[in-house]
Amino acid sequence: MKVWKYSGALALVLAVVFAVPAQAETVLRWSSQGDALTLDPHSQNEGPTVTMSLQMYEPLVGRDSSMKKQPALATSWSLTDPNTWQFKLRQGVAFHDGTPFTAADVVFSFQRAASDSSDFKPNTKGIVSVEAVDDFTVDIVLEMPNPLLPDQITNVFIMSKAWAEANNVVEPQDYKQQEETYAIRNANGTGPFKLELREPDIRTVLVRNDEWWGLSRDPHNIDRIEFRPISNKATRVAALLSGEIDFLLDPPLQDLKRIDGTSGLKTLRVNQMRTIFLGMDQGVAELRTSNVKGKNPFADLRVRRAMYQAIDIEAIREKVMRGLSIPAGFVVPPGVNGHTPARDARLPYDPAAAKALLADAGYPDGFSVRLDCPNNRYNNDERICQAVVGMFGAIGVDVDLDAIRKSLHFPKIENRETDFYLLGWGAPSTLDAQLTFLLLTHSKGEWNPTGYSNPKADALIEALPIELDLDKRNAKMAELWKIVQDDIVYLPLHHQVISWGMSDKLDIPIVPNNMPQFRWARLAS
Amino acid sequence: MSGAANDPGSAGAGAIRRLLDHDLVYSFLSSPLTVVAAVVTGVIFIATGLAPWLAPHEPFNPATLSLMDAFTVPAWMDGGTSRYILGTDDLGRDMLSTIMHGARISIIVGFSAVMLGMTLGVGLGVLSGYLGGWFEIVVMRLADIQLTIPGILVALLIDGIARGLLPREQHADLMIYVIILAIGLSDWPQFARVTRSATLVEKRLDYVAAARLTGIGPMTIMIRHILPNVMRPVLVLATVGLALAIIAEATLSFLGVGMPPTTPSLGTLIRVGGDFLYSGEWWITLFPALVLVTLVLAVNLLGDWLRDALDPKLR
Repeated sequence: MKVWKYSGALALVLAVVFAVPAQAETVLRWSSQGDALTLDPHSQNEGPTVTMSLQMYEPLVGRDSSMKKQPALATSWSLTDPNTWQFKLRQGVAFHDGTPFTAADVVFSFQRAASDSSDFKPNTKGIVSVEAVDDFTVDIVLEMPNPLLPDQITNVFIMSKAWAEANNVVEPQDYKQQEETYAIRNANGTGPFKLELREPDIRTVLVRNDEWWGLSRDPHNIDRIEFRPISNKATRVAALLSGEIDFLLDPPLQDLKRIDGTSGLKTLRVNQMRTIFLGMDQGVAELRTSNVKGKNPFADLRVRRAMYQAIDIEAIREKVMRGLSIPAGFVVPPGVNGHTPARDARLPYDPAAAKALLADAGYPDGFSVRLDCPNNRYNNDERICQAVVGMFGAIGVDVDLDAIRKSLHFPKIENRETDFYLLGWGAPSTLDAQLTFLLLTHSKGEWNPTGYSNPKADALIEALPIELDLDKRNAKMAELWKIVQDDIVYLPLHHQVISWGMSDKLDIPIVPNNMPQFRWARLAS
Repeated sequence: MSGAANDPGSAGAGAIRRLLDHDLVYSFLSSPLTVVAAVVTGVIFIATGLAPWLAPHEPFNPATLSLMDAFTVPAWMDGGTSRYILGTDDLGRDMLSTIMHGARISIIVGFSAVMLGMTLGVGLGVLSGYLGGWFEIVVMRLADIQLTIPGILVALLIDGIARGLLPREQHADLMIYVIILAIGLSDWPQFARVTRSATLVEKRLDYVAAARLTGIGPMTIMIRHILPNVMRPVLVLATVGLALAIIAEATLSFLGVGMPPTTPSLGTLIRVGGDFLYSGEWWITLFPALVLVTLVLAVNLLGDWLRDALDPKLR
């Protein structure tokens, strides 16, 4: 009798166990060396952070996988007068918490993105006001005509006003102060995926938004995205090789051959719109980390030129980047408006000349300085730094390397606390160099901790937005680059080539801004 | 050595003859494995100790490095050069020279850590064995508590605290002291326990009572009379401890919280080389790993022999 009772229970258990998984989920597991710095969509304008936001939040105007502008939360846009752009909003869209999306959310989000603690202020620059004409029409009024405005706002994400007010996150997180807010661990956008779990630096889980308006345009089949940052290179590759992950954003360059040669895996490659360079504080009276006291060696153009000519960029390309880089002469990658091939030429590598320049500048025995370097942001960033440290050592400049996580590195630059640093710069939202100038070379640029201040350059930069004729504009940019290059404000290194590693069951287009969007993905089971 | 402890001051011409006759020397020479281990240890110690003079290259002088030499294969392979016998690493540093310098740091750290742990452990052990009372209870319970936690975790904890307290900029310069402290503090309980139990035995012996009767103070008795007689098991522990400390340092460095890549130890070299395992540049990680294994094995064999020879009770 007992036996029968138990077997009945057993049958029930078996039925439950085998019945449930009939509807298999399509889970995409991916990894990269570093995590998004925050989930607050207006707090940090940094590649991996924006990439994470792009899965959950949407701008008014987006980009497709060929980087062309594409309607997102706005269905159409037009100039109603030279200073006013009018955006027609998409109707029937709801945020992940169910609140309907209206013009009030757009007005709120632009205000939020323009506030002090936002890192997207450059993207809202020149906007005088954002006005709701009716529930689904918004006017953006500008100081002066700007034909590139729709490009400029492709990274300005729209948040729910009601949600932000209810959760006390009307202001963006102040990242420099490492502020804790509700919005850095929670998200409520309109995008293709919803946040399920956020454990910073451990894992982030997103699930499909079945209510997303764009499913017919981008018919992805992903039900669930699991992201886990893995900082160790070999571990990251091992995870891909063993099938533990389906997509690896940043496979180590030395392992691409191995990934390509493994059955079931593939790599994609494209020239990235990002330039890696070194910055030197040439404005401060005395460097913080140097043995030279009372004066700043970097203030001397000859020293900056010596540092430039000490860099053997071909050796870096071959040995550090395994051929996957394009030596750069300035900080505008090809494909970005403002790139002039003629200006992309480098000063020749010449350590003897570099030594002579140093001696001429009064540093025959060199000097010492610290180089701040991220170790989980760009392709082989720490190894690039190690390589240049050796090259500077060869001309007698004793460089002490401090390679740290990007979340500690970037605040040093923003707070202007660094003498010498490595940074990468792209123009992923606007695809135009105007912001590059404004942020990196204008004396008040937010990402210009070099203290470089040239009134002539400042005036030219400020005049750029007024110039609407594209050819004239590019000529002006070339002129600007000449000034910046002659002053050797930065030591350009190379334009990155990006490569993604993935399972060959995964189909996703590679994009030159290195921001994968999983709404384009299809994963075969 | 038996009986010699009572007249520690006597040393002279007959010392060498007595040493050769000694059963320690006899047992050493009659164990070929031990002789091999001693030779290997000696070679590694000399090669690394004199690394600044013996190494074929100066791997940490950037002026002598060329990035174009990076990833050179070992000399016996196609494309290798006799200039770099064991090949070069990702920065173009000669592997052989880098390993010699790296092992030097590993050994210095290991030695210093054991010295620290030993001094602390033996001091506390003799004191608590001799004094007894609440002092003994406190010290021994502390040791018990620490022994329940794996040594490497204690070292990680101390390392982590020190990293938090020290300014970031000085990490590279101070790291070696932090690691010595971390490993030294993680292995004092072993020494304290062994010394205490030996002290408990010794203090009941007649020579201690005699010394006490002559009015010598307790400090002098502990240092001059008891300490020399408890050093045997300590010596054994210290030898095995050296191998363990070298491993502990390598573990910390392998985890990325030990020696920085600018002054690498063997563990750092293995960690850095690990990045290139999948791309086929195996020599960058394999050779430092082999040296580490060989060194630790040799020191361990010496320690085993010493234990057998000196302290049959511990067998």
